[in-house]
Amino acid sequence: MQAVIVRPAVKQQTHWVDYLGHLLLALIALVLLLFLAAPLLAILQQALQDKTGRLIWFDNFIAYAQTPAMLESLWNSVWVSGLVTLIAVPLAFGFAYALTRSCMQYKALFRGITLIPLLAPSLLSAISLIYWFGNQGVLKGWMQAVGIDQIYGAPGIVVAECFAVFPHALMILVTALSLSDARLYEAADAMGTSASRKFFTITLPGAKYGLISAALVTFTLVITDFGIPKVIGGNFNVLATDVFKLVIGQQDFAKGAVVAILLLLPAVLTFAVDGYVSKRQTAMLTARAVPYRPKPSRAYDAAMTIYCCAIAFLVLAMLGMAVFASFASFWPYNLTPSLRHYTMGLVDAEVGVGFVNSLKMAAGTAVFGTALVFCGAYLLEKTKGMDGLRGVVRMLAMLPMAVPGLVLGLGYIFFFNAPDNPLGGLYHTMTLLTVCTIVHFYTTGHLTAVTALKSLDGEFEAVSASLKVPFFKTFWRVTLPICTPALIDIARYFFINAMTTISAVVFLYSPETKVASIAILNLDEAGEMGAAAAMAVLIGMVSTVATLLFMLLAWWVNRSTQQWRHTSI
Amino acid sequence: MNQDSFLALRHIRKEFGAFTALQDINLDIRKGEFVCFLGPSGCGKTTLLRIIAGLDVQTAGEVHQNNTDISRLPPALRDYGIVFQSYALFPNLSVADNVAYGLVNRKTPKAEAVKRVTELLKLVGLPGSEKKYPSQLSGGQQQRIALARALATSPGLLLLDEPLSALDALERVRLRQEIRALQQKLGVTTIMVTHDQEEALSVADRIVVMNHGVIEQVGTPMEIYREPASPFVADFVGKVNVLPARVANGELRFGALCLPGGGADRDVKIYLRPEDVLARPIADGDAHVFDATLEKIEFLGSFCHVHVGSPALGVHKLTVYLSLNFLSEQALQIGSTLKLKLLPERIKVF
Repeated sequence: MQAVIVRPAVKQQTHWVDYLGHLLLALIALVLLLFLAAPLLAILQQALQDKTGRLIWFDNFIAYAQTPAMLESLWNSVWVSGLVTLIAVPLAFGFAYALTRSCMQYKALFRGITLIPLLAPSLLSAISLIYWFGNQGVLKGWMQAVGIDQIYGAPGIVVAECFAVFPHALMILVTALSLSDARLYEAADAMGTSASRKFFTITLPGAKYGLISAALVTFTLVITDFGIPKVIGGNFNVLATDVFKLVIGQQDFAKGAVVAILLLLPAVLTFAVDGYVSKRQTAMLTARAVPYRPKPSRAYDAAMTIYCCAIAFLVLAMLGMAVFASFASFWPYNLTPSLRHYTMGLVDAEVGVGFVNSLKMAAGTAVFGTALVFCGAYLLEKTKGMDGLRGVVRMLAMLPMAVPGLVLGLGYIFFFNAPDNPLGGLYHTMTLLTVCTIVHFYTTGHLTAVTALKSLDGEFEAVSASLKVPFFKTFWRVTLPICTPALIDIARYFFINAMTTISAVVFLYSPETKVASIAILNLDEAGEMGAAAAMAVLIGMVSTVATLLFMLLAWWVNRSTQQWRHTSI
Repeated sequence: MNQDSFLALRHIRKEFGAFTALQDINLDIRKGEFVCFLGPSGCGKTTLLRIIAGLDVQTAGEVHQNNTDISRLPPALRDYGIVFQSYALFPNLSVADNVAYGLVNRKTPKAEAVKRVTELLKLVGLPGSEKKYPSQLSGGQQQRIALARALATSPGLLLLDEPLSALDALERVRLRQEIRALQQKLGVTTIMVTHDQEEALSVADRIVVMNHGVIEQVGTPMEIYREPASPFVADFVGKVNVLPARVANGELRFGALCLPGGGADRDVKIYLRPEDVLARPIADGDAHVFDATLEKIEFLGSFCHVHVGSPALGVHKLTVYLSLNFLSEQALQIGSTLKLKLLPERIKVF
């Protein structure tokens, strides 16, 4: 009879190199805790306290619910967001369908045109809309003929938001519709299935998760957007503008925090559903699926082309009007082109400084954001040990997806502007604006990095260890060079978003650190529509140039360091 | 501790949550030996290899290498080279850089490293491929480079994790013989994990057959094949006929046949390899001969799997190997009858 001795599980000694990895991971965790978790907790704290800092649980929420004006904003936000979702998602679905399931010509061109709005601040469409349908709008008469009295308010918000969210919904739906299995369609054809039956039994169920995801993302983007309602909303109040008025105007932090939490709800829901959906989506498609290839069909392809032309025309009309108006000498009386608004904006209104600030912030976000995101993703995916901390970092890396910029910015005020915070010195600085933007757009960069890292052989680190090469050497010699294209992608994403973002930084700037996108809002508020349009167009142009430069960089990197990809037996 | 043992595993146990992947593994491997861990997927063979490498940590137990306890050492402080099924070559580095990867870190002078790389590439049969990238090589060639990389630092132990599984059949046979030749030339103690019994039989000095996290048998290929220690081993290695039988009064009875046997009366199963049922030579008066009828012929080239039935076996069928020449010589086809002889000494009873 042998005695059973229960011993604790064997633990491996930690090599000093692994301690280094743990330390770096802890550092990333600290950054995310300080600049993401703490500000969010600060909001929660504000929402549960009264003005003297006493815990009053849900009294602020109850007070909110008893204010009719506030409830009206809530209702406005919900129905406007719902309506935009109902309009934009089907339109985007049609467009995505044409791109993926027809033999239409010029697909790349159509796709490119619809993605242009991403390069400018979303409020550009609101400004254009005012030029088209505003008090002195070109087509004001047409609008009034269909019974809409004025564009300011709900109609303007709905239309402008449709343009702003269209590219986002389109990207999700194109991805969803690209994931198709041609064998299902072949089987259906073999059984003589009608086109409409195939659509309703194969296509729609296949794209179901994409549709859900697109609808949720659209709803969230609209309900948390600040720029468009600010510019074209008039007296129509929504949650996003309420937060700003409550916090910046009335200094009512408690109510502001309550609204912020309301704004967080749809985003958290989207995040949860999206996580569930993406799991189902990938499981749906097996490795053996054959990609669907559309067959040419003249009438159908022509119809799709007409549809896409119409959408592209509307997008171009929207963009074109802002560009045109920004050059017009004196709208609507003197339309001769001049650079008056540009000089006025850049020189007189001192937006030039804002531009320099924007470029600094975008460059900082691109450089430091990419470094932080990639190192974080690498340490998570490719090193071992500290499983508890690993889980925390993994969760924090996904969290920004669920936090609207407005809420994050508000959290930053509460946390960094608190009198007893030793980090208070950061408040109003470029550094904080940059960090906030990095955190705001962290998740997308993180996911890109994780995807790139996951495509590497999982045994590289094991091989390195067996050859006594520390992980950071392999990171430098192998991982980083292989992932350079992904790094450039992440940097570009950070740069463009830093140039165009409004929602988070609107709470954090000081006169010295004002960025260009915020300057547009100020110009608009001061009644300088022309200059506002000019500055929005300028941001769009900078983003375009930046995108082209990033593409050039990618091309160069691809040519000079990625030869190994292009060689085969 | 066994003085003769280069690598010793003592009471190794591995649990993943509630699942026990390995229980109480004890094994001694001599210096210069080529050992195969053989078993079906999920038997724990790869886990055991990863524990030896320090890539997974055992829940309990000890690993000794060269009379040193390495149970708690991280991979970087152990002495081994490893080759994975996926090759895990660094795609952005040339073949020379891949092979020299571990040398560079040891501050080996450059000229010496270059010399070593040339030497290793010659050793694995790919001289002159220094400047190529892994994607320019075939799977077999990539695995040879991975082997060269693992051997570059002259490790005391070579670990091969299913190195041949990703290759096509011909390349697999060729490379396994090369690995064996290389191993004998260098004398490096080698452990190879495989689920392919033919591979294990053809290259190993000793085979460790594993199932459900325990070692079923350790032995030379011949011992494993001829003297399987358990029904699992008999079934997993090679082809075998399994027939129910009964030991009664010191005799082993199955169907109408009666063989010498021993022990208490009980129901047993007999394990009989197809090649141990002979169709010739059969002389008149030989024992254990029975009449059989051909029921199915599975043509496999030079010989055939032939399924036979016999009144002597009752409802049970037997698979035997018959050469194509024998079948055509005797004009045998489905429905033909022939005489078959059992070799009682080859029958395993469990």
